[in-house]
Amino acid sequence: MSQKALIGASTLAGAVAMAISGATFLASTQGAAAATEKCYGVAMAGKNDCAAGPGTTCAGTSKVDFQGNAWKTVDAGTCTTMSVEGGRMGSLEPLDRDLPA
Amino acid sequence: MVGSGQHDFGAALLDPDLPLPEGITAPNGKKAARRFAIYRNNVTVSLIDALAGIFPALQRLVGETFFRDMARLYLVQEPPRSPVIFEYGGGFADFLSQFEPLAAYPYLPDVARLERAWLDAFHAADADPLHPGSLGAIPPERLADTTFTPHPATRIVQSRFAAISIFSASREERTLDGIRPANAEDGLITRPAYSVEVRQLPAGAADFFLALISGATLGEAADSTIARYPEFDLPSAISAMLEAGVFSACWFGEPNSEDPS
Repeated sequence: MSQKALIGASTLAGAVAMAISGATFLASTQGAAAATEKCYGVAMAGKNDCAAGPGTTCAGTSKVDFQGNAWKTVDAGTCTTMSVEGGRMGSLEPLDRDLPA
Repeated sequence: MVGSGQHDFGAALLDPDLPLPEGITAPNGKKAARRFAIYRNNVTVSLIDALAGIFPALQRLVGETFFRDMARLYLVQEPPRSPVIFEYGGGFADFLSQFEPLAAYPYLPDVARLERAWLDAFHAADADPLHPGSLGAIPPERLADTTFTPHPATRIVQSRFAAISIFSASREERTLDGIRPANAEDGLITRPAYSVEVRQLPAGAADFFLALISGATLGEAADSTIARYPEFDLPSAISAMLEAGVFSACWFGEPNSEDPS
């Protein structure tokens, strides 16, 4: 390219520095969000996650709200503290409650 | 090689007017056509279900009855080419753009492109997104020569319509109130960890990312983007690409020897 660069090296360095300082907290929250766990019994009907993913699939196949054997990905450490209507709690293991008839 | 027998069988599966494929029999020889019709129906319904699973926002926009009728026409025209059903529907957007009854909704093909890209991103290979520290470790005078490796899940969909807003509203089961369909939007699809993320990009960012994805250096991509979009906000775009995980690695001269953490 014979064309003169519109952006000088210092502008580029400044942009990257600005971007990284802005991204620091984003990266850390992203790191936290990446730590997740499967949580049973908290997904609304049709909103459960699935290992195989949509298009194949078992995602979104739960029939009732808070179905005990359907799970949803949640932030690590939050599952067992989740309470849903009627005093029901999330669980790291499949539950016998709220199974479709 | 697919023999002519298999070819006839496949064609008859999708077209009820074709004769029973040769060699199909039933115990007393009489019920073969009826049984084949059951099989044909199962194939058709399962393909329509697959399309509904791949294009849920589209189905919500046009309504289930319309969607299923339209899907039936599409699958005859373009049956799956891969045995992997989640790869189906690559030509659905083009089909929609030719589909007369939807001519008044020209944004729908781009919504379909977003949904197809969403599933491609979902099934793309896993890779750690570029760590901001890896970019920060590059000497300032080498930044202009730095190139980036695209993350396997990264997809960009540029629309002449407000396809990203419409896609998001439909997937989140919101109404389209307040969306102006004629506003052009660029969409970025990434999957930095397990969840697919869809973002609407500010003007110029899609061109900037596409240039970097095609192998341009950071200096070249920034120059060509600023030339077309004088208001382009470079720091925000770099910040967004780090946050969204558009790239998985960066290099200058020789491979960056970062350890994948």
